[in-house]
Amino acid sequence: MQVLNPTWIGKTCLLITLVTDTMLRNLVRLHSRVGHALSPPIVYPRSQALKLPLTLLSVNSKYYSIITERKKFYKDVSISHGEAGGMFEINLDQRKMKTPGGKLFTAPNEALAIAVANEWDTQKDTLKFYSMHMTTLCNTALDNPTFRSKDQIITAALKYLETDTICYRVEEPPTLVELQNNEWDPVLNWIEDRYNVVIGSSTNILGPEIPQATMDTFRQHLGSYNFWSMTGLEYVITQLKSVVLAFALIDKHITVEQAVLLSRLEEEFQIGHWGNVEWAHDVDLYELRARTAAGALFVHFSSESSTVKRKLMQD
Amino acid sequence: MASLSSPLRICRGILREIRAIKGPEYKQCLAYNYVLDQFRKNQITGERYCRAQEEALHASHSYLCLLTSTRQHMALYDIYHGKGQRDTEEMAGIVGLRLPTQPGGKGWEK
Repeated sequence: MQVLNPTWIGKTCLLITLVTDTMLRNLVRLHSRVGHALSPPIVYPRSQALKLPLTLLSVNSKYYSIITERKKFYKDVSISHGEAGGMFEINLDQRKMKTPGGKLFTAPNEALAIAVANEWDTQKDTLKFYSMHMTTLCNTALDNPTFRSKDQIITAALKYLETDTICYRVEEPPTLVELQNNEWDPVLNWIEDRYNVVIGSSTNILGPEIPQATMDTFRQHLGSYNFWSMTGLEYVITQLKSVVLAFALIDKHITVEQAVLLSRLEEEFQIGHWGNVEWAHDVDLYELRARTAAGALFVHFSSESSTVKRKLMQD
Repeated sequence: MASLSSPLRICRGILREIRAIKGPEYKQCLAYNYVLDQFRKNQITGERYCRAQEEALHASHSYLCLLTSTRQHMALYDIYHGKGQRDTEEMAGIVGLRLPTQPGGKGWEK
């Protein structure tokens, strides 16, 4: 009888554990790293649990920190004009703020810097990173922890069009059908007119058939946004689960509250029928509003540049 | 869709939120001065329909939404969110027990 070579067993076991437990191991490694991490300032709370394995399997998982709260270590927040290229920096008690990736935090304009500074100013005693949406967005744009190019972000954003909320209709109950038609059809018509595309809605389980011309038009339009705006826009699309609603919001056709309401239309319908559960529905609603508002504001600030021209009074 | 509310209401709303956050010295904070500044600048415009004005109004409405919804979300979070697990020492202490100590350290610890 042949005795199995112990090293051979060891190697196969190792192989199996590598293949099946890579994720678990990475989790353990991450936890141990968090234990002696030097500066884990900001978390990326928008990465949902489903995305966790993907970011962990990437090489630079040191960016991802599980810390969600920290004691407040500063008193004053202020803004300063950076040296290079008119960027704005944030100072917490004379120390310059850094991104989780270690880079110096820079905002391209004053409005964005003030919004972020205000978020840090809002914190009392403990820093709640999950409430600082503008900071999160800026950090993601600066660090790009998943190393995506603008084209990849555009592709990811347009993927939501195939399963767009607005295009998925129900067939029954009739009140919900009517509600969907009354609320969603105007937005759909607006975007079809504005961008000269065909989207259409469907009650089919597979969703609407989006023609290639539509995708091309949108891709070309999205290509005109810069990287920061594209980060924000993809964030809004992900939150609202709808490309149509995100465009309507970014083009300032609807307000944030309206966009959130339209995104949650069926939920609101069910709440109206069965009642509201504060600790679930309201929490979700306010969180969605906060995130969408932050995203919309981020896109607005990243893509706008304003100059003041003074007209002389002529008498 | 429905038109936005008036600039005055939005401005007041934002300033009210800032006051709720900061407390007594809200007039010195950055955001307060910036917001007032922006509202004043965008007030005067030569055109009848000024796109920049509309966009600024939309942005201010979004900012108001951001401030109110973060505040409301945090309020609900504080009430309803789980406090997390207590650590084992505390948990034992609740029922009046203490964790065992081994002066020489456990066998596998250095």
